[in-house]
Amino acid sequence: MSLRNIGVVYRKEMVDSLRDRRTVISMFVIPILLFPALSVGLVLLGATMMNKTKEEIPRVMIIGGQESPRIVEALKKSEKIQIVSESPDFETQITDRKIRAAIVLPPGFDAAANRGEAGKVFVDYYEGDIKSELTQKTIVNEVLEDYRVDLAKSLLSARGVPSGLLQPFDVGEKNIAPPEKVGGSGFGGMIPYFVIILAFTGAMYPAMDLTAGEKERGTMETILTSPVSRTDLVLGKFLTVVTASLATAILALFSMGISFVLAKNTIDRLLSKNDPTFHFALDPRGVLAVFVMILPLSVLFSAAMLAVSLFAKSFREAQTYISPMTFVVIMPAIIALLPGVELNTRTALVPILSTTLVGKELMAGNHPWGFIALIFASSCVYASLAIAAAVTMFNRESVLFRS
Amino acid sequence: MIQAQKLSKVFPATKKTKEVRAVNAISFECKPGQIYGLLGANGAGKTTTLRILATILEPTSGTAKVAGYDIVEEPEKVRENVGFLSTSTALYDRLTARELVEYFGRLHGMDGDALHKSVETLFAALDMNGFRDRRCEKLSTGMKQKVSIARTLVHDPPVMIFDEPTVGLDVMAARSIAQFIRQCRERGKTVIFSTHVMSEATKLCDRIGIIHGGNILEEGTLEELRARHAKQDLEDIFVEVVGDEQ
Repeated sequence: MSLRNIGVVYRKEMVDSLRDRRTVISMFVIPILLFPALSVGLVLLGATMMNKTKEEIPRVMIIGGQESPRIVEALKKSEKIQIVSESPDFETQITDRKIRAAIVLPPGFDAAANRGEAGKVFVDYYEGDIKSELTQKTIVNEVLEDYRVDLAKSLLSARGVPSGLLQPFDVGEKNIAPPEKVGGSGFGGMIPYFVIILAFTGAMYPAMDLTAGEKERGTMETILTSPVSRTDLVLGKFLTVVTASLATAILALFSMGISFVLAKNTIDRLLSKNDPTFHFALDPRGVLAVFVMILPLSVLFSAAMLAVSLFAKSFREAQTYISPMTFVVIMPAIIALLPGVELNTRTALVPILSTTLVGKELMAGNHPWGFIALIFASSCVYASLAIAAAVTMFNRESVLFRS
Repeated sequence: MIQAQKLSKVFPATKKTKEVRAVNAISFECKPGQIYGLLGANGAGKTTTLRILATILEPTSGTAKVAGYDIVEEPEKVRENVGFLSTSTALYDRLTARELVEYFGRLHGMDGDALHKSVETLFAALDMNGFRDRRCEKLSTGMKQKVSIARTLVHDPPVMIFDEPTVGLDVMAARSIAQFIRQCRERGKTVIFSTHVMSEATKLCDRIGIIHGGNILEEGTLEELRARHAKQDLEDIFVEVVGDEQ
């Protein structure tokens, strides 16, 4: 193995790749423009839609209110809902989203409530329609709850019982996690996933171009006539693919970071409408730690894709082999986002899944050093095996001259 | 100098193909200042033989010495001393002519002044300065051929291997290749080239080996072949040799 020769091959492959429009698009354009636009755009869109939903005063129907003018009057006074005239087709109207929910009162509600025997008030809503679900929660937790407390207070005071007994103590909540940690465990938990996907897609095109692409264009035989050993050749190509993979991930992180800084005020303004204490923030040290953990994974992706696409006779055939690998990358990353999937000795040994899980921990400000060491070491072992496979493939003439 | 000793190459059977004995224990010798022509039809084993000599493929058995180095024991040394040109050795489209030739110079261990001097000399000799900084994808077939020649000569190898170098070229480009092969001989290089074009072999070769089915069936100078078969035309000789075999 000669470092000089690896360097010569690497420099040439970098020049060659950077002049290729498709590589430039996957390495620069997608991470710099498309990805931040998608991620920041999604956050902004989500926050805007959520605010719009919250701002809408939902239309609600009261069923069976003729005998109970007192509750009807109280509900009409609520600013959180808008009461519309009763109609027998209320269920159809909820389904058609003409109204968001209906409050179904039992017969003689007002009179029975005075005796404390009014029974159950039902709130009909449409599960799956987010606006209907939110309206149902507002009615149950706020509108009807307020009315119940007010009614109870007036009934108790009529009987000479102090209404303070209804609420012998108050409950408050106080968040002690700094904004970075909150941001880290929320949206930040998605960042390792994004970076892993980008490290994979960044390596994909150059890996295919430098192997199957070379075979297809007839330059593979040309390069094999040079005195450079095949191991040096494959290592030079491998370093190019790793560079592309890391460059894509770094550029995506940078441009995403800049986009979030630029959009911070807007995100804060939008999200603090629901939670006034909200401030969007991410810990840069967490992001850096995630990047370090992704290094061996990027090596693994590059070497594995190089070995697989080397087997292909043409670029198109390589695409056929590499495309299903995308699911192999996405699946563990998605599994890691499921609730209940946690970092333990077993999951720490599963490539990709382990990095996503530890990435979530790092972004939330936790540093499980034992697992970090285990995951980094195991990822390095997998990466080494993939490099060995790529070198072996490149030394097999049945692979290089497969026809 | 090239000395092939009982070279064989067997491609093992796969799910789709049977075992193929592409080259079958062939031996021959090619000396410096000599052009050795491997004459054969498609599938005769020419390309496999030349790829083995250039150490792109490994022989199944037998060996060869190229420029004094064993192709099995010291393949990298062999490649340092060989220039290999064929129609299937394409160029990197996204590199310029100069970058490509310099790249191959560096792969042969050259650097600095030595590389610069070699590139300048070649570009002047082959009249390539007009397109030196143009990307290979923008070059005409003739220009590409010149870049390929410069690529094989940049390290000034003592042994040249040409695998059907004129296939697909027009008359002018084919003539310039033939001229280049002659120049290599004049400069004392050992030259082996394969062809199925009789006129090319007649004009260029000092010795001819007729290869068929992986075997060299006949070998000698053109005069020796003519005398042995009592025929003047190489094509008639070829048909007689190969036809007898078939």
